[in-house]
Amino acid sequence: MIYQGKQKIWADYQKEIPDNRWFYVRSCIRQNFFPGAERMFLEICRNVLGKDFFETEYHTTCGGIAYHCDTIPQETVMTIIARQFALMTEAGYENYVASCITSFGNYAETLETWREFPEVETRIRELLWKACRREFKTPKYLAHASDLIYKYRNEIAARAKFRLINRFTGEPLRVVEHIGCHYSKMFPSKGVGGAEYPYVLCGMIEAWGGNVIDYPERRHCCGYGFRQYHVKANRGYSVSNTYKKFESMEPYHPDFIITNCPGCPYFMDRWQYVIAETEGKTYGENGYGIPVLTYEEVASLVLGYNPWDIGLQLHQVAVEPLLDKLGIEYDPDAKYKGLNKKDLLRPELPGILKCC
Amino acid sequence: MKENIVIIGGGIAGMEAASQLLDLGYKPIIIEKSDHLGGHVAEWNCLFPDMTPAGDVVKNLVTRSAGANIFLNTEISFVNKLKDSYNIMLSNGISIITKIILVTTGFSLFDASKKEEYGYGIYDQVITNKDLEHWFNTGDDKRVGDCGMNAVGFVHCVGSRDEKARNSQCSKVCCITAVKQAIEIKQKFPEAMVYCFYMDLRMFGKKYEDFYISAQRDYGIRFIRGRVSEVSENIDGKVIVKAEDTLSGKPVKVTLDLLVLMAGMVCCKDSTKVANMISLPVDSDGFLKSRDNVTGIIEAPKEGIFYAGACTGPKTVPETLAEARAAALNVHLYINRMK
Repeated sequence: MIYQGKQKIWADYQKEIPDNRWFYVRSCIRQNFFPGAERMFLEICRNVLGKDFFETEYHTTCGGIAYHCDTIPQETVMTIIARQFALMTEAGYENYVASCITSFGNYAETLETWREFPEVETRIRELLWKACRREFKTPKYLAHASDLIYKYRNEIAARAKFRLINRFTGEPLRVVEHIGCHYSKMFPSKGVGGAEYPYVLCGMIEAWGGNVIDYPERRHCCGYGFRQYHVKANRGYSVSNTYKKFESMEPYHPDFIITNCPGCPYFMDRWQYVIAETEGKTYGENGYGIPVLTYEEVASLVLGYNPWDIGLQLHQVAVEPLLDKLGIEYDPDAKYKGLNKKDLLRPELPGILKCC
Repeated sequence: MKENIVIIGGGIAGMEAASQLLDLGYKPIIIEKSDHLGGHVAEWNCLFPDMTPAGDVVKNLVTRSAGANIFLNTEISFVNKLKDSYNIMLSNGISIITKIILVTTGFSLFDASKKEEYGYGIYDQVITNKDLEHWFNTGDDKRVGDCGMNAVGFVHCVGSRDEKARNSQCSKVCCITAVKQAIEIKQKFPEAMVYCFYMDLRMFGKKYEDFYISAQRDYGIRFIRGRVSEVSENIDGKVIVKAEDTLSGKPVKVTLDLLVLMAGMVCCKDSTKVANMISLPVDSDGFLKSRDNVTGIIEAPKEGIFYAGACTGPKTVPETLAEARAAALNVHLYINRMK
């Protein structure tokens, strides 16, 4: 591995990311999978870093899942997106940041389509006006939320209470970074670091003290793949993709996986349970799995937030071994207490995959 | 004869043209930016299809063109157009007035790191055709030979016929060069499995087809029709290649000790620089545009400017030498017409 070679490519894929004043749109599924992640994004941006991030309850899905499942016409998706842009315009913002990777890919694809075919944009403006009497300006800048945390990575590092260092060995933690397919595989220039060797998550890990692992199936899909998972008969493809990735990363003994996509952390987390049950195999140390975290969760841990306040109890794979390595104290009894101290009840423990 | 003839580029085209002009009684001037003559061929080990030592070809040309005025380590600073001639100012401070310029600036090798998915410059065991040829010449490259060499792969058309790389042209020589290098690897490492990943094979030249058949029949080299989709590295530092075998309709994944990228020919920056100085047209592929691609490939659209070799597009060594001889004859006829 020639690290300087990667640096050369990263230098070619720098993206202009304004520092402040963003219109934020959430993901459809992240709020159900790991709801603490989006909450912590706004918490860090607004309250830790003092930035202006606006969100509105009136925004909807971007239509991405239906679009990639081929169940919705592209014009409909574009009109939904046009409405989101209208909300941004009405709120007085010009910079648009999406929490979801697929949404980000959809927005990028739509803007590129309009740039290349202005008559399509004209047609969509007409459709939006007929549908809801709204008008819009296209965003001046489009970013994925991980672009913003990447931009703020050094500010976060400066405020860090914990570094990504194994306190038992003093060595940097070994981190697998997994990028959502729709981040830059469609438009390499839209992602920090390009499509082949994206830097957006590597930059965070490096800034916070960890070491990034480059393993053979690094580029491979997590296994979600809409048509793999949403069609029940195809779910075997989904888990077999995840299995391929874990088999590939296993020799490197990663301490955890960081992701920037709604589906990736969920499927790489949950399928470890399925692989353990079906194959009897686990990939972490001592029968545990490899924790899979969102970049917001990692940033929150680095900043010293309570693991249970940021929603880490919603992960299938136990995060406690990672917290121990980081030296983060936690109350095991508080793991399944809600914010109002209400008992959330304990989940049934799996048979093979060791959990706390 | 007194007429100044300036040859820009001291590769095989420039040297061959110079030697022909010397034979015709002229005293041509060769301007070469590097410290030696021979261009790309000087860095090659041997040439297809007869495994002719490249060093012998270059040595012979250097001997035959030695009578020319040769400026090494010299670049063209600028060119002024005079009434019926050109004033060429060289980087060594010498100024030459001439009515005849022969451009033999050749090509550049495609920068294989631009095809990011192949990992050149990222993964240690990914090299180019030029790197391998350097190893054949000198044995000086730890990436080759030290790693067991149980399996070696060649990727054809790297940066050629590739819209994404903005090079739609075929580089002509890569198919047969891959066959040649694959055979040479097999000769040096008989136990190695050797794979060639290709789009299609263009075996147009004399004995090329025989060479290709021999590679399969006599050396057991496996030709897989399909493009490589991605290259990565495993924990042992070996290269993992994913491709599609379009003939069997199946994905292929192989672990290799070495992957060789057949980097193609692209327009040389020096050609573009010269074109800008003399206001010569550049073709859509970036190479210099000839007066006519059928009957006037060695003539520029401008009076007194001639081309030879790969400055107008990818060429083999025999094609380059033939063009250089033709260009020398055209220069001679042009001078005669001027009298």
